[in-house]
Amino acid sequence: MSTSTPSAPSVVAPASYEDAIARYEPVIGLETHVELGTASKMFCGCATTFGAPPNTQVCPTCLGLPGSLPVINEAAVRFTVMIGLALNCEIASWCRFARKNYFYPDMPKNFQISQYDEPLCTNGWLAVEVDGEVHRVGITRVHLEEDTGKSLHVGGTGRIHGATHSLVDYNRAGIPLVEIVTEPDIRSPELARAYVDELRALCRALAVSDVRMEQGSLRCDANVSLRPRTAPGEPPAPFGTRTETKNLNSLRSVERAIRYEITRQAALLDAGERITQETRHFDENTGRTASGRSKEEATDYRYFPEPDLAPLALSREYVEAVRASLPELPSQRRARLIAEHGFSSKDLADMNNAGVLDLVEQTIAAGAPAAAARKWWLNELARRAADATVTPAELPIQPVQVARIVELVAEGTLTDALARKVIDGVLAGEGGPDEVVAARNLAVVTDDSALSAAVDAAIAAAPDIADKVRGGKINAVGPLVGAVMKAMKGQADAAAVRALLLERLGAG
Amino acid sequence: MAITRDEVAHLARLSRMSLSDDELDALAPQLEAILSHVARVAEVAAADIPPTSHAVPLTNVFRTDAVQPSLPVDEVLAGAPAAEDGRFRVPRILDPQE
Repeated sequence: MSTSTPSAPSVVAPASYEDAIARYEPVIGLETHVELGTASKMFCGCATTFGAPPNTQVCPTCLGLPGSLPVINEAAVRFTVMIGLALNCEIASWCRFARKNYFYPDMPKNFQISQYDEPLCTNGWLAVEVDGEVHRVGITRVHLEEDTGKSLHVGGTGRIHGATHSLVDYNRAGIPLVEIVTEPDIRSPELARAYVDELRALCRALAVSDVRMEQGSLRCDANVSLRPRTAPGEPPAPFGTRTETKNLNSLRSVERAIRYEITRQAALLDAGERITQETRHFDENTGRTASGRSKEEATDYRYFPEPDLAPLALSREYVEAVRASLPELPSQRRARLIAEHGFSSKDLADMNNAGVLDLVEQTIAAGAPAAAARKWWLNELARRAADATVTPAELPIQPVQVARIVELVAEGTLTDALARKVIDGVLAGEGGPDEVVAARNLAVVTDDSALSAAVDAAIAAAPDIADKVRGGKINAVGPLVGAVMKAMKGQADAAAVRALLLERLGAG
Repeated sequence: MAITRDEVAHLARLSRMSLSDDELDALAPQLEAILSHVARVAEVAAADIPPTSHAVPLTNVFRTDAVQPSLPVDEVLAGAPAAEDGRFRVPRILDPQE
């Protein structure tokens, strides 16, 4: 077996990332694997539940036992076509599965059923926005295959290197897996990350996968090379030699690993060394990539058409029926939210990152103005969720209740400060907003006599301040407002109190 | 189509098989005989016969996405040369020098 020999680390000046990208243009292509959320596996009826005890979701077919035959799961094909259509791909009218032959313990059959020269979807694109600029990332292909088993390495440090033996669980083997390959169109780590984020949102909107990177249901390999930047007007330099960093399992890792690889390659090129085409692994703890085990050359997989499966020949009608079933896609939704509610791209990104976009939309649907719905979820409720280490959606408050609180504020029954107390009560399980207002007696006091008495008392208690205000120092009224609010236990509108004080002191 | 001894050795390595020099010498002509026998099909295939990868002219053979019972773990592992903690135990994957 050939092993890669990473070039000996001769003395290489440590380039900074900023220095590297000033002189070299990164050329990045991504291969993303998405485990489909079907109930059963790709070619057999075994369940796909994550976290089941080892080898409890396997059968003769996914173990590749003699006499078993695979049968294609229609839902997996449909989900793949959905992804292809959402990525603006052409859907093949005829294609076949292929056997990828390799001997490795993660596949019990000694081959993986995949697609090779006849992928189901080809030639698409995905629009990705970074800092307000939209980039169109080309999609080379989307194909369907089966996932592999999971190995647990025993001995040494628990990694494959230095292990004494390995233990294999085949529950994951045979789960439908979609591979989405981009063109080498990506020119920055930020765009790579945004692409994966957008792809994840797309798959989530299509409900074809739970796309949980931490559970491995979405994972990403990054191909990275550098080429010298050329002056404007000059033709671009040819692509450099690329490396492939495998199994990036968070958005942050995608960005960090690519940044590291750019810096590392720039240092080698600066020192006059060559980049070795190889597979690399990213270590999340150190933030570095390391040379991996060299792969058998692609030709050694000895692909051939899978003789146990009939070809796929999806009709126009089938594809058009899938197209008609597509839900609203994230890009369409963003355009609609901007048009309908006047949100900015940044508003949407903020709400999306805070996990409140759905909730804001539901709150608007329940009657709240868009700006107020956004304000309460993004500021107050997202913070409450963070404090309780839950997602905003897990807070025990419904969008319709938030809409009611917004309404109570708008009609003057609550101030913002009182509304926060109402939220306290709802989150504490004391009932809906109206019940909490009644039970805690939280409504703004509009009883003029009570307010009037508090204003008089505050003026009487601080004659010096009252004189200053009478003398024209209007801003000196602050402590009096505070005193009245305190006397009213916060249940008054501060602006109204201020106006009343100024009026009473003849300074309005 | 000549199959060389080196090609047999390469295939054996890909298949994780350890073959002696004598076995390589014996297998090369045997594989060549099989290939040339199969190659005769190409002589029969005329331009009007489309290539096929499947014995029956079917397409779109699907199953619905329904869960069926899996095997009990002890049956799953019954054929394993070694098992540990409900998992298949396999020898070290990388050579120590890798």
